[in-house]
Amino acid sequence: MSLGHFTFTHLMYLVQSIGWTLLLSALAFVLGAIGGFGLMLARISPRAWLRWFAVVYIECIQGIPLLILLFIVYFGLSVYGLSLPSLVAAGIAMMIYVSAYLGDIWRGCIEAMPKPQWEASECLAFSRWQTLRLVIIPQAVRLSLPPTVGFLVQIIKMTSLASVIGFVELTRAGQIINNTIFQPFLVFFLVGAFYFALCYPLSRWSEAMEKKLNVANR
Amino acid sequence: MKYSLDFAPLASYWPVFINGAWLTLKMTALAIVVGVCVGTLVAFAKRSQIKPLAHACTVYIEIVRNTPFLVQIFLLYFGLASFGVRMPTFAAAVLAMVINIAAYAAEIIRAGLESVPRGQIEAAECLGLSKWRIGWHVMLQPSIEKVYPALTSQFLLMMQASAMASQISAEELTAIANTVQSDTFRSLETYIVVAALYLVLSLFIKLVTWALGEYMFRRRRVVRRAAAQAGKVQPAASTAAVAIHGGAA
Amino acid sequence: MSPIVKLDHVYKSFGSNQVLKGVSFEVAKGEMIAIIGASGSGKSTALRCIDRLEVIDKGTIEVCGIRVDSPNVDLKQLRLEVGIVFQSYNLFPHLTVQENIMLALRHVKKQSRGEAADVAIRVLDQVGLKAKADAYPEQLSGGQQQRVAIARSLAMSPKVMLFDEVTSALDPQLTGEVLRVMEDLAAGGMTMLLVTHEMAFAKRVADRIIYMHQGTVWETGPGEMLDAPKTPELHAFLNNGL
Repeated sequence: MSLGHFTFTHLMYLVQSIGWTLLLSALAFVLGAIGGFGLMLARISPRAWLRWFAVVYIECIQGIPLLILLFIVYFGLSVYGLSLPSLVAAGIAMMIYVSAYLGDIWRGCIEAMPKPQWEASECLAFSRWQTLRLVIIPQAVRLSLPPTVGFLVQIIKMTSLASVIGFVELTRAGQIINNTIFQPFLVFFLVGAFYFALCYPLSRWSEAMEKKLNVANR
Repeated sequence: MKYSLDFAPLASYWPVFINGAWLTLKMTALAIVVGVCVGTLVAFAKRSQIKPLAHACTVYIEIVRNTPFLVQIFLLYFGLASFGVRMPTFAAAVLAMVINIAAYAAEIIRAGLESVPRGQIEAAECLGLSKWRIGWHVMLQPSIEKVYPALTSQFLLMMQASAMASQISAEELTAIANTVQSDTFRSLETYIVVAALYLVLSLFIKLVTWALGEYMFRRRRVVRRAAAQAGKVQPAASTAAVAIHGGAA
Repeated sequence: MSPIVKLDHVYKSFGSNQVLKGVSFEVAKGEMIAIIGASGSGKSTALRCIDRLEVIDKGTIEVCGIRVDSPNVDLKQLRLEVGIVFQSYNLFPHLTVQENIMLALRHVKKQSRGEAADVAIRVLDQVGLKAKADAYPEQLSGGQQQRVAIARSLAMSPKVMLFDEVTSALDPQLTGEVLRVMEDLAAGGMTMLLVTHEMAFAKRVADRIIYMHQGTVWETGPGEMLDAPKTPELHAFLNNGL
């Protein structure tokens, strides 16, 4: 068995792939946030069919692994004749996945807003949309920051699954290197360390925000 | 060219799918049981006065929570193999899941332990109860009830994470899907069927954990029934709270 | 006859704040002592030090012959002799009333389930809550919860019971039922120390009142002392109705 050496080139290859990880994360987050916001609105809508759609969507997506979703989108696109780069497939799958989770988190934050806030706005003749836009959402945003940032950490970690459909982000880069030099412990240790470097600051930030929130609430 | 969905070729693979689902369930159940036990110990250890121990627990938890599960599995399976430690894929997958779930459970349970009012611990001390008794009766039992929703959400996420074990060729549901779709060339249909099976598994786990909760936390049952009889309305606080503290694997 | 509780020149600081500045008093068997004083006078701290919930810096505390201030004090033995009831009741929310009482009986006094259940019912009857044995704390009123807390301590058959402002968190209507239980206990011969704001109760029922001010025992005497305070501080305290 040829045991290659881990060189500086290999290291740079890993570092470059981080850019792709970040790109996919950003894409997933932005698209998922838009979808999630829409889902959240649907979930709290007075129209029953919208609510049902949102509930079913969220329950279904939250009940299946991202990996399966990824495969469905990837193979779904290819059998229908679309040959798109794996980044697109991964982006679409993650958008679907992220929107379900963010939608649910944000719905929770909205529902945690005290009823009197809604009542006061009603008495001021605000429309439902105005109440949401001017009174409820601004307050809910504060509450939603810690879990949203926390979920961003999950997104970054989940991009590792895109490796399975061939997208060359950090994990895939690691696999490629390992397949040439056969040093899995070193390679994946470094891969893990890079992910840690990306995720840990965000985790602490989310924790710090949560602490501040709890202190303010006391 | 229009592709038409055709599920018929998959019918004969039904037992194969069921097998995969069963293995996924076994892996998840085993990992959950062991993981929660380990996580409980880590939760207490992290709160202990022995600084190096508490520190080690923090390091362990932060590493697991800030690295992808897929990388953890690779590190465990391929990394150990390169040192000559070979283990069956089932064992490796369960071990990785235990290590992962224990870290999350530890944080969740620790939050529960910390929310036990200091006064109750003092009252228990003044009744002469030993530290272990206090830990079990006064701290852990009410904590588990309080963090149960967050904990059970974590179980569901763990079951989904088990899909990643397919990447080290464990024979669970996702791996089965990969095999079947390469046999039948019906990739989209296969993954749709498997998605449906995961949904069924999710519902099953939700049902089991709900039933377990009803059995364990009779206080909830008793109080709810009494309140219903008295005509009072119980607040449904837990769902909003869990949604906020959302997902995580 | 040696006193059941004896404090001798006790000093205690929290950080740079010296809360107890040389507290000394004795409690004889069967006595009921009421400790009164303004917030910050150190009365709760003194009480908590007796059951070693706080460790004193200087001085000695002796309870039933046990030196509480000693670094290798037998805590279990101490807590078997001393019962304490807190302002916030501190019942265990996930256990029924009866189970709350049985917990320590079974695991500390090693009684069997049957024995513990009998004792629990007996003390619950004593505080008038036998009917609530299977209820959970959240289903009870504040006064009922506090009576359960008293029963829980009583079940351990302590030689002395400490009460830390046990009615301060209660509505006036609920205070009465708790005070009645305490009066019965005193009549039954239990040695009791209470930190309280209930002046009328203290004057009527206590054998002796200790007034604490700025970390020391300022005045002490029978209930009538409240009608004729010797020091201006006690006079001011009583007139402020604190």
